[in-house]
This record gives sequence, C-alpha cells and structure tokens, in this order.
Amino acid sequence: MDSLITFWEWLGTNLIVLQILIKIVVIVAPLMLCVAYFTYAERKLIGYMQVRIGPNRVGPKGWLQPIADAVKLMFKEIVIPTKANKVLFLIAPLLTLGPALAAWAVFPFSDGLVLADLNAGLLYILALTSIGVYGVIIAGWASNSKYAFLGAMRSAAQIVAYEIAMGFALVGVLVAAGSLNLGEIVRAQQSDAGIFGWFWLPLFPLFLIYFISGVAETNRAPFDVAEGESEIVAGFHVEYSGMPFAVFFLGEYANMILISALTALLFLGGWLSPLPASWVDGVFLLGDGIHWLFLKTAFAGFFFLWFRATFPRYRYDQIMRLGWKVFIPITIVWILVVGVMVVYRFAWFS
Amino acid sequence: MTFEKFVFYLFAAILVFAATMVITRRNPVHSALFLVLAFFSSAGIWLLAEAEFLAIVLILVYVGAVMVLFLFVVMMLDIDLATLRAGFIRYMPVGALVALVMAVEIFMVVGPANFGLDKVPAPVAQPAGYNNTEELGSVLYTVYMYPFEVAAVILLVGIIAAIGLTMRRRPETKYQNPSLQVRVKKADRLRVIKMDAED
Repeated sequence: MDSLITFWEWLGTNLIVLQILIKIVVIVAPLMLCVAYFTYAERKLIGYMQVRIGPNRVGPKGWLQPIADAVKLMFKEIVIPTKANKVLFLIAPLLTLGPALAAWAVFPFSDGLVLADLNAGLLYILALTSIGVYGVIIAGWASNSKYAFLGAMRSAAQIVAYEIAMGFALVGVLVAAGSLNLGEIVRAQQSDAGIFGWFWLPLFPLFLIYFISGVAETNRAPFDVAEGESEIVAGFHVEYSGMPFAVFFLGEYANMILISALTALLFLGGWLSPLPASWVDGVFLLGDGIHWLFLKTAFAGFFFLWFRATFPRYRYDQIMRLGWKVFIPITIVWILVVGVMVVYRFAWFS
Repeated sequence: MTFEKFVFYLFAAILVFAATMVITRRNPVHSALFLVLAFFSSAGIWLLAEAEFLAIVLILVYVGAVMVLFLFVVMMLDIDLATLRAGFIRYMPVGALVALVMAVEIFMVVGPANFGLDKVPAPVAQPAGYNNTEELGSVLYTVYMYPFEVAAVILLVGIIAAIGLTMRRRPETKYQNPSLQVRVKKADRLRVIKMDAED
C-alpha cells in the first residue's frame, strides 16, 4: 500500500499526464457501468409501474441484459444513408457523448475529491451542457432525412429555450453560495440544520425549474419531442444504427445521470449528510460522505424514469410556452428574492 | 519552446485554419461549424491568457446559443450556388478594393505601430487562487457601472425593436390559447345522451 502511494506521488510530480489519465478512467469507467445499469433500471422500473416484469431472460433476473444489448449494438451493421454527409453523420453522436463525459471533470464527489478544482466550475458545466445540442442538430441535418431534420429543429428550439431557464436557476445558486466553484457551493450548504440547510428550501422554485429544465435539456419524456416516436418515428436518430446509435444512447443516459448528480450537488447538499452534523459527526455511514451523493443522485435519477412512465408527451407549443412564459419569469423574480435574502442575511445566509 | 508556447501556436493554427474554412467552404452549414471550431480555439487562447471567465462565456454564449440559432437558420436555407457565384467576376474589383481598404485599416489600428512586441509587456502569471470571475465582476459593477448599464439598456432596446418588427396580427394563422384549453371542463366538451338501445 505504501509503495503504491509513493508511486502515485511520483506520478504526480513526473508524469502528471498519466496520473490525470488514470483519474479520468477511474471516473468514466464506473460512469459507463452506471449508464448501462441505468437503462436496465429504467426498463425494470417502468415495467413494474405498468404491471409488467421487464427484462428477465438474460442472466439472473435479467442482470446481464445491458451487457447483451451493448454486444448486440456493437456487432450490428452501421448503415450510412447514401445522401448523408458522412463525416458529420459520424461526428454527431460523439458531440452528444463528449460534453456529457467532459462535464465530470469539475464534479466534486466528496470534500476535495475532484479531478479539476476549477474556480468557474459552474460556468464550465453550463457551457458544456449547452454544447450537447450540436449532436442533435448535426445528426438531424447530416442524415438528410425529413424526420431527422424535424427532430433536430424541435430540439434546437427547445434546448435554447430551456437553457436560459436553467442558466437563471444556476444564477440563483451562484448568488446564494457566493461562488462558482462547485465544492464551495456544497460547503455553503453545510449548517447545523442538516437537510433544511440545503439550497432546495430557500431556492425551491429554482430547484424545481432546474430539474424540469434538465429533463427538457436531455430530451426525456414528457419533453421528448425531438424523438417523438408517434409523430416523427425517432426524430434526430432515425437513420442511425449499430454503434453510432449506441453512442447517442449512452450520451442521453450519461446526460441524465449528470443532471441528477448536479441537482444533488447544487440543491441537495452533495456529499453532506441530511442529519445535523452535531448529531452524527463521525458516526459510520451517517456522517458526510460520497455515499450520500450517490443516494441523492439515484433519487433524482429515479424521477427521470418515473416521469417517463407517468406523463404523456407535451405538445410542442406548450413546451415553448412553459419555457419562455412560465419558467423564465419565475426564475428572474426568484433571483431577486434570493438577492434580498442574501443582502439581509436571512436564515440560510447568515 | 515552452509548453505554453506550444499550446498557443496549436490553438492559433487551428483558429486560422478554421477561420479560413469559414469563408472558403461552399456549404454554409460547414462554414457555421468551422466558425464554432474557431470560437473554441479562441476560447483556448483566452484560457491561456488566464481569462477563464471570458473563455467559458465565449463558449456558453457564442457556441451554446448564438451559433445554434445561426445553424438553425442556415440549415433551412436552400442556397443555389450557381446564382450565388454568377456575379463573382463582375463584383470582384469592387470587392477586392473594399477588402484591401479594410486590411490596411486593420493593419493601421492593430499593426505593430500600436501592438508591437515592444509596446506590450509580457504578461505576468497570476498567483494560484487568482479568481478571474470575481475580478471582472468587481470592476464591472463599480468602475464601469454606467457603461455596463447603458449596454444593457441598448440590448433591451434591441430586443424590443426586434419583437416590435415581427409582432403583427396575423388572422390567418391558427392560434391556441393554452390557458383556455387548460380551463376546459368536462361539461364544456362532453354531453352524455340517454338513448334507448336499438333492437
């Protein structure tokens, strides 16, 4: 163990690139596993909600289903439409997955456990999530298909609209925490009130709007008009098959996990324990720790699946109305409220 | 060559390449995407100059919002390249003259006379923990408060003007009033009729 630690320190001073690469693998490999089992959880949960059993054939209780799916997609033929723009057609899925993975670089998993402790971490995340839309737009255009193009158009308008609401919600968080550093934002939620000291309470409207905008950003039900199976077949990825499709799929689920994890971090106290620190400090598993972050992320992720099983798809004009006429005005008003609370050092901000 | 220099020249080369592609590609969608690449590389150069706020905001605003709308419009255009290039020879002299004048003007403003290596001292690396965002914010909201607010008002006027230009009554378009739709009760739409079974 000691020699491993010495080796690790030696890497840090001499071969820092290799050390960073190892850290990236340590973050991305479990993330990909989570993505795979998130799809399994989705099929199982929605199955139970609809009084079905869900996948139960591959492996015990269907546990190997995601592996089987991945292998199937890997060996499928990649069909590229004749009139498609080949380069852009193949770049598009990467542009969906890339930002969803790169955003984890500034994500603090626990106090100090972060790959890059950026001062402008929140801005970085916002910038990267805003790039995700390119994958959808380019896929829609490069496929040279009407359905794909319609999906891309819908998605572009929707994502731009909800990004503003999302950005404003994050402005509220930034005002409340007084920092753009994600670790600082979590530490600002630390108090002796436990769960009631987190930002979900003083920023409640922003919390809801952030999460709903996140659902819209990831093109998930009930905001999945970009796919709209019943209207435009599968929207932007109708022409994709095999591995490129799988990459889109991975990107969508990685984005869902990212939004859930960010909700946990920004509004639900990240790695902080929901019990007051004075009660549980040092108690095994009840004190602050990375496991709380995972639990909160899973809790938020569950809502994505629950929404999909519950709500019918929004009509397109109502999506736009909700984004522009409801969410954006509410966020602007609540930023003002947060500003007043911070200036007058109200309860949470004293 | 230090690492910083290498990164600078890498990003600068990509930037120049992408900018050239923007004006030489025939396909407007490709041009727009190369412009995105150009924004990315300039953001990289700004990061190198320790202006992380500006770099990330460049990506957030220009790549994340402005270029998406650009692409949105450009993708829907069906540009006929034949008519586009028809007047090329005819307008060539005028265009070349304008380009030359512009180039000379740019050279006079940002040329070596004002921005030469001897005019600008080498930037000193900021200490660790330097917060570019905080620095910018405190200057923007104290020293440059009035210009900042004037800029905001100008933008607001621009928004109102754009909306004013496009807002007009269009009786032929079908419009749904969502709040009326939401308020609909079962009794408004549905009538249950008692009728005898047919025999």
